Amino acid sequence: MTDRRVFLRNSALAMVGAGAAPLWLQRALYATDAPSPRKKILVAIFQRGAADGLNIVVPHAEKRYYELRPTIAVPRPSAATDRREDAAIDLDGFFGLHPSLAPLKPVWDGGHLAIVHAAGSPDPTRSHFDAQDFMESGTPGLKATADGWMNRALPRAAGRISPVRAVAMGAVLPRAMRGPQPAVAVQNLGDFQVRNADAANAFATLYADTKDPLLGAAGRETFAAVSLLQSIQKQRYEPAAGANYPKGRFGDCLRQIAQLIKADVGVEMAFADVGGWDHHVNEVGARASQGQLAARLTDFGQALSAFWLDLGDRMRDVALVTMSEFGRTARENGDRGTDHGHANCMFVMGGGIRGGKVYGKWPGLEREQLYEARDLNLTTDFRDVLGELVGGQLGNRDLSKVFPGYAPSPRGILGGIQA
Amino acid sequence: MQRNKPILAAFVALSMCLLTGISAYGKKKSTEPSAQFRQPLSGEEKVQHALSRLTFGPRPGDVQYVKKLGLKKWIDLQLHPERIPENPLLETKLRPLDSLHMSTAQLIRNYPSPQIVRAMVAGELPFPDDPDKRMMIHRLVERFQGKTGQDGEAAAMPDLAALLDASQLRAFRTGTPQQKLALFTALPHDRQDQVLTAMGQGMRMQLYAAAPQALRRRIQSAAGPQAMVAQDLLEAKLDRAVYSNRQLQEVLADFWYNHFNVFLEKGPDHYLVTAYERDAIRPHVLGKFEDLLRATAQSPAMLFYLDNWESVGAQSPAGKRRQRGLNENYGRELLELHTLGVDGGYTQKDVTEVARCFTGWTIRQPQRAAEFEFNPRMHDEGEKTVLGVRIPAGGGIGDGFKVLHLVAHHPSTARFISRQLAMRFVADDPPASLLDRMSATFLKKDGDLRAVLKTMFDSPEFWSCGAYRSKMKSPLEMVASSVRALNADVDFTFGLNNQLVQLGQPLYRKAEPTGYSNSGQEWLNSAGLLARMNFSMALANNKVPGVKVENVNPTDGVALGSPDFQRK
Repeated sequence: MTDRRVFLRNSALAMVGAGAAPLWLQRALYATDAPSPRKKILVAIFQRGAADGLNIVVPHAEKRYYELRPTIAVPRPSAATDRREDAAIDLDGFFGLHPSLAPLKPVWDGGHLAIVHAAGSPDPTRSHFDAQDFMESGTPGLKATADGWMNRALPRAAGRISPVRAVAMGAVLPRAMRGPQPAVAVQNLGDFQVRNADAANAFATLYADTKDPLLGAAGRETFAAVSLLQSIQKQRYEPAAGANYPKGRFGDCLRQIAQLIKADVGVEMAFADVGGWDHHVNEVGARASQGQLAARLTDFGQALSAFWLDLGDRMRDVALVTMSEFGRTARENGDRGTDHGHANCMFVMGGGIRGGKVYGKWPGLEREQLYEARDLNLTTDFRDVLGELVGGQLGNRDLSKVFPGYAPSPRGILGGIQA
Repeated sequence: MQRNKPILAAFVALSMCLLTGISAYGKKKSTEPSAQFRQPLSGEEKVQHALSRLTFGPRPGDVQYVKKLGLKKWIDLQLHPERIPENPLLETKLRPLDSLHMSTAQLIRNYPSPQIVRAMVAGELPFPDDPDKRMMIHRLVERFQGKTGQDGEAAAMPDLAALLDASQLRAFRTGTPQQKLALFTALPHDRQDQVLTAMGQGMRMQLYAAAPQALRRRIQSAAGPQAMVAQDLLEAKLDRAVYSNRQLQEVLADFWYNHFNVFLEKGPDHYLVTAYERDAIRPHVLGKFEDLLRATAQSPAMLFYLDNWESVGAQSPAGKRRQRGLNENYGRELLELHTLGVDGGYTQKDVTEVARCFTGWTIRQPQRAAEFEFNPRMHDEGEKTVLGVRIPAGGGIGDGFKVLHLVAHHPSTARFISRQLAMRFVADDPPASLLDRMSATFLKKDGDLRAVLKTMFDSPEFWSCGAYRSKMKSPLEMVASSVRALNADVDFTFGLNNQLVQLGQPLYRKAEPTGYSNSGQEWLNSAGLLARMNFSMALANNKVPGVKVENVNPTDGVALGSPDFQRK
């Protein structure tokens, strides 16, 4: 055992047990102070794998849509005499929601859900990896961008900074949140801690004192967030009445984001992703309400609807926006699926949203109207939507820094506030 | 107690190298990166560095061993794993994992899914030859028939209380694992299987931990035989990472599987990954890139994962009859992820043309035997042009081989593969000078991967401050290096595999064709750091099921979770 003691003496571990928590850790005890003023919150959802926007928000008045997709189209709302649950849910006479998104219809009817169609990234890539990277960096076509749009979008903070201003649900920090401003990844709120208390102190000291710049910074952010979230972990979370989060990872993520928001710990932006949208084969089952896409949308719609109900009045402060790296081919492929395409649809949900409306110019689906004669054309740059939210919702008006090289033009999705 | 000191204390050794990686977000760059890659390492650092990059982390005694043998000679040996006698302990651990040696057809028969069991009952498929496995399947059949008898109700699981008397039941619930095992083995063989089926997962795990090897296989298959296939894969992967003497070969097997990633959970891929890793990946990791590429392209695992098996020429007989058509998925990922890289100079048109070339590359009986097959009735026989090269009409299966040959020798591929290797072995952002030399070797030596590695290991950039301790360990590297550093004994690996899920790197379960990033920065975040700290403490305190550390010491846990140990 001698050698181990030698090792201890010689190492930074000798600091362990020195006693008081480091000063930065004490300073980070933010939540126990006076509660912060309620901040506006932006929640971003990434549908990884390129969701099929044309089957999610269906242009049911387009004859061409049904010609391009003879076996996988979602039937017109009018076709729904016998099997209503298998037809599109009409929104405005032209577009309809996929039937599995029925839980979102009340939010739409209440005017709190907006849809932007034919939106996305102008970059022509059909690579999942590149397109996700571009959408998360916020700089389509530019690979050298080191940080993500959400990190840059964090407003300059006045006074104390919550260590959980920016939270991503998951085991890795998404590209969108990476950058110089602190952002934390949380896999599971209940387990966000070092379980052994003595070790927790030892680790906190080690990471505070290390000369390793990257690990030191990440460690300090982590322990600040851990101490802040400790109070939340002690209570069992009960979603508000009527809010039923679906079982599974995405529902868990949204439930925990709602929990964080309601706990008033200073969250200003949150991120969650949901995979499984890359349906090259058998996208649709025997009926529109069956099969892979329907299963993903059932989970997706229920989770968003539960989030809406759970937050209730608090949704006044929240805007949730969804995106996916690109859309899918307008025409179905040879395997009752779709291949990688171009423009897609985005959802924006929140108390301050001017919803009940499909935004964006519809480009049409005729051959000459399609992008590269195969995909839905793009009429709204995703940065227009995100820019409006960053400016109007988060109050960060310096959009040229958030989306360098691009001047987002707001579409009036946010009610009352002009970005 | 010599064991920990050289491993863990090494990280507080003074170094002339400054820690790098500050420049990540365009903040102050204290030193030019190129200068960092010119600053050489001390002799001591070189040994540490080589061990941290060519292995899954040093074990006690490794530093001394390499010094004694000579660094050059040790690297040369690692590049020729066939000259290194394998660790007998590893061979003992791998021996019971019989699924690893089976053909796909054998796997499907011996570890059947419910559909296959049904086919056996219907007489469409023979039962397994092995009496134990046959017995197990007969039991499944009984359950299956019980299930269908009840009008589609949930399976009638036997109740433990109906199988054991009150005192047995009490002992089973509250006894020590050894008592449980004694009680269990005293039961008649027949009753044992029923009890296994009736047990909850937790109780089964306890029994498993105490059980001898032969019984373990039975306990595992009680939860469903098809799960064994994945369990054997996971078991073998971690056993090899921890115990193999041919460490570089195992690092490379991990690298190349990840490069040609296949997701284990995509339908039949559950049964296809075993042969894929064994026959397509592992034999070629130090061979020619084109051989590796061809093996992956013709593997049922990849054909299924990237949908090529269903891709049909629109004008082919099958396309006309079945109204099926082209699927671009494989064609695109072949160019973007496997060979040229996304900036490798191809167009959407090239993707479509490549997909046309591979029509007819399909799988015979994907659910039963799953063998590669070229089906001319699905093939697009027209002329194609790929990357400016004309591929004449009527080429049949040769179209695909032409494409593979073309991209395997393309300068963009040489560059892309060199960059991926250098990201794994040298630095997250490897210097261009190194990539130039590696690419040149790749092109000159016909894609000889051993030669490319040799160029990398001979380069001054590899032995520089820019590389030294610049990378963050991946979760797999973190877990394996911790076990190795403590010289822990791994009895079974599902405890470690669960930890890998917590750390964000479930093995064989990366759904996207990109695989996991080769950049260490990917893993730097709060959730991951906490998971690493918790894993470290659990491991050092003998709280990871299946792993035993001899002398429990919490300070080891703190060392393993420290910032230093996250670097390699």
